Amino acid sequence: MTGIAKAFSGVTVLDDVSFDVRAGETHALLGGNGAGKSTLMKILEGVYALDRGTIEIDGERVELASPQSARRHGVAMIFQELSLVPTLTVAQNIYLTRESRTRGGLLDDRALERRAGELLAELGVDVDPRAEVGRLGAASMQLVEIAKALSQDARVLIMDEPTASLARSEVEALFSIIGRLKERGIAIVYITHRLEEVMAVADRVTVLRDGRLVGTRPTSELDVEALIELIVGTAVEQALERGERTVDRSGTPLLSLRAVSTPTGLEGIDLDLYAGEIVGIAGLMGSGRSELARAIFGVDALSAGEIRLRGERARIRRPADAIEHGIVLVPEDRRRQGLVLGHSVERNLTLTLLRRLTRGGLLDEDEGVGVAERYVARLGIRTRSLDTPVRRLSGGNQQKVVLAKWLATEPEVLILDEPTVGVDISTRSEIADLVRGLAEQGKAVLVISSELAEVLALADRILVLREGRIHRCVSRADVADEPELHRLVQEAA
Amino acid sequence: MTGLQGLLRPVAGPRALRIDVRQNILYVGFVVLFAVFAATLGDEGFTTSNNLLNIIRQTATISVMAVAVTFVIGAAEIDLSVGAVAGLASVICAMAIDSYGVVPGILAGVLLGAVVGAINGSLVVGLGMPSFLVTLGMLGIAHGTAQWITDSAPQPILSDSFNNVFGSGDLGPIPSLVIWTAVAVAIGHVLLRRTAYGRGVLATGGNEEAARFSGVPTRRIKFTVMMASSTVAAIAGMLYAGRLQSGRFQWGEGDELSVIAAVILGGTSLFGGRASVVGALLGSLMIGLINNGLTLMGLEFSQQQIVRGAIIILAVALARRV
Repeated sequence: MTGIAKAFSGVTVLDDVSFDVRAGETHALLGGNGAGKSTLMKILEGVYALDRGTIEIDGERVELASPQSARRHGVAMIFQELSLVPTLTVAQNIYLTRESRTRGGLLDDRALERRAGELLAELGVDVDPRAEVGRLGAASMQLVEIAKALSQDARVLIMDEPTASLARSEVEALFSIIGRLKERGIAIVYITHRLEEVMAVADRVTVLRDGRLVGTRPTSELDVEALIELIVGTAVEQALERGERTVDRSGTPLLSLRAVSTPTGLEGIDLDLYAGEIVGIAGLMGSGRSELARAIFGVDALSAGEIRLRGERARIRRPADAIEHGIVLVPEDRRRQGLVLGHSVERNLTLTLLRRLTRGGLLDEDEGVGVAERYVARLGIRTRSLDTPVRRLSGGNQQKVVLAKWLATEPEVLILDEPTVGVDISTRSEIADLVRGLAEQGKAVLVISSELAEVLALADRILVLREGRIHRCVSRADVADEPELHRLVQEAA
Repeated sequence: MTGLQGLLRPVAGPRALRIDVRQNILYVGFVVLFAVFAATLGDEGFTTSNNLLNIIRQTATISVMAVAVTFVIGAAEIDLSVGAVAGLASVICAMAIDSYGVVPGILAGVLLGAVVGAINGSLVVGLGMPSFLVTLGMLGIAHGTAQWITDSAPQPILSDSFNNVFGSGDLGPIPSLVIWTAVAVAIGHVLLRRTAYGRGVLATGGNEEAARFSGVPTRRIKFTVMMASSTVAAIAGMLYAGRLQSGRFQWGEGDELSVIAAVILGGTSLFGGRASVVGALLGSLMIGLINNGLTLMGLEFSQQQIVRGAIIILAVALARRV
């Protein structure tokens, strides 16, 4: 890929990026959120058309106008959200639409299973071709995906965070399969945030930052330190500059967690959150960041431990209980969990206020409109009208609607899970200012983010999670810069 | 930020006038259909007030059930058992009136609906079963029970007061069935448009997870819409009983399809999240209008079915295109 450029509605997300991967090579593609990794790969997969630049495969220039044409050219993506049919067997999935047939033209499942079995054995994958895919674990499903791609003569495999949902032993199994793939001359593009894995598995590394190419190096010339430097760079985003703040931690904490464990993987979490404080939660994917938010908000049940508010035990068994206690969550996935996309801005904004807006059994619509107008103005939500479906708003404005609907409940504790994912730069700094303002007003804020710059810019204290436990708890003042926080997070890997 | 205010069009204006585009199509279709029938069937007596009141009377049971099913579909669930529950309720009510009197009879009918609805709701919410399958099963159970306990025989209702209130009588110039319809639509409309409950129903249907994350009691909402649907269906069954002065297992048979058609014609999304009670009434009246017009045209029942099916498909297709 040479000189690739791509812009979305005038915003440049990729600018003159070149990237190449050789047969039999594992090439890691690195960069922070919004660096352009996934856009670059979506161009290679044929999902997005490129604005400028060329793609060559085996030295020949190709047009990858659709995922189908990319597949025809041997480019295959191993999806994070797997693209398998859970009710079909492993063999049926691998050869979907390319089934073996008997002489009479009927499907021949036995021949199919034999072919699948041979392919899996060749890869060293221990999965029964007759097993139903829905009953397999995440690791096996991923391997089936890989087998499926190879059966379609894929020569370039793109793996996006392939180890995010894998256990340690499964990661090793995956790495050994990657080794076999390389022997077969398959080129692998490996996207991850886990730098230890990069060192273990990649031959070369390409780093992107803000849509530009930082550089491509052989892994042998690098160590984790050097990688962090490449990824973070030296420029600090002006928008996320941090102001000094002091927090009074002498009284009773607003929110306390004591030895909280959940079936979702949290183990013995202790946490005190004071009024006026912003605590940042960092950690790699799968470290329990979102699980912590869900547990406090009553989405997932606790298996042990307790949650206290102002020193008193609070029973939170569903989100409604948490809201009653003044705890709110701006969830990770705003489209699925935060918004009713087909409903209007006003309806979404007032969804959390229904009981408060009820007068004598009826909703006070004028007051609802009033509240919505106030928050649209206060947060500067750009929408044509209050009746516009939120589906039509930009990502940043959608996120503001989610924030607004929670601010309108006048909460005491705000949990923000990835508050700026898919949000443009200017909105990011607006959201950061807003969060700081909330802390000034005496609210307690928990900011969960995979964007370490964001954690550093906002937090007074930072918790680093690792495998559902608190690995480190540091004061913001003790973390010098982003590379240092990066190291803390990576050592938790 | 002050410039932003200018971008917002005045939203505090008469909100009642804001009508969904798809509903507009329904209104237009309704008027066009009416005009066509009025022009072509004027001599057959289509436009007489008697005939028009008749249309409302004949569609009353469908309209009443459609109000409750609007909530069910709005919450992204479905209830296929309404017709069968209406039939069973008509039978239970008639038998209880015969044995214990009018008031116990009415209570027995309503109670039956509430119990069936509670079972449907519990299976959907408690066991997480799809409402389609739960209510499909319940359709068979209710219908079979009604036929079995009556030996397929009609159960006459001899109480004039019951028959008058539920269907046969008039209040002044207005048939009681028209009043039942009006009351059901009024209550349903206010509940859906003007209460936290109605908003919660639409949020649950629009995105259940986001609604739950927003503190909407989604489980309670799903249970109550199922429960209300069966209870209202039971009342509709008693309207059949009053109009036809008897309870019979066949009353309401197949109505679930007319009810669902009416609700969808009325602009409610089959996938939930968007719903209209007034639209459902119009949808129901439109089906009644078609039936009436085709009968006056002298079409046979078989031909009527074909034309009705075609018109419904056409109407929904038109509404989708907008």
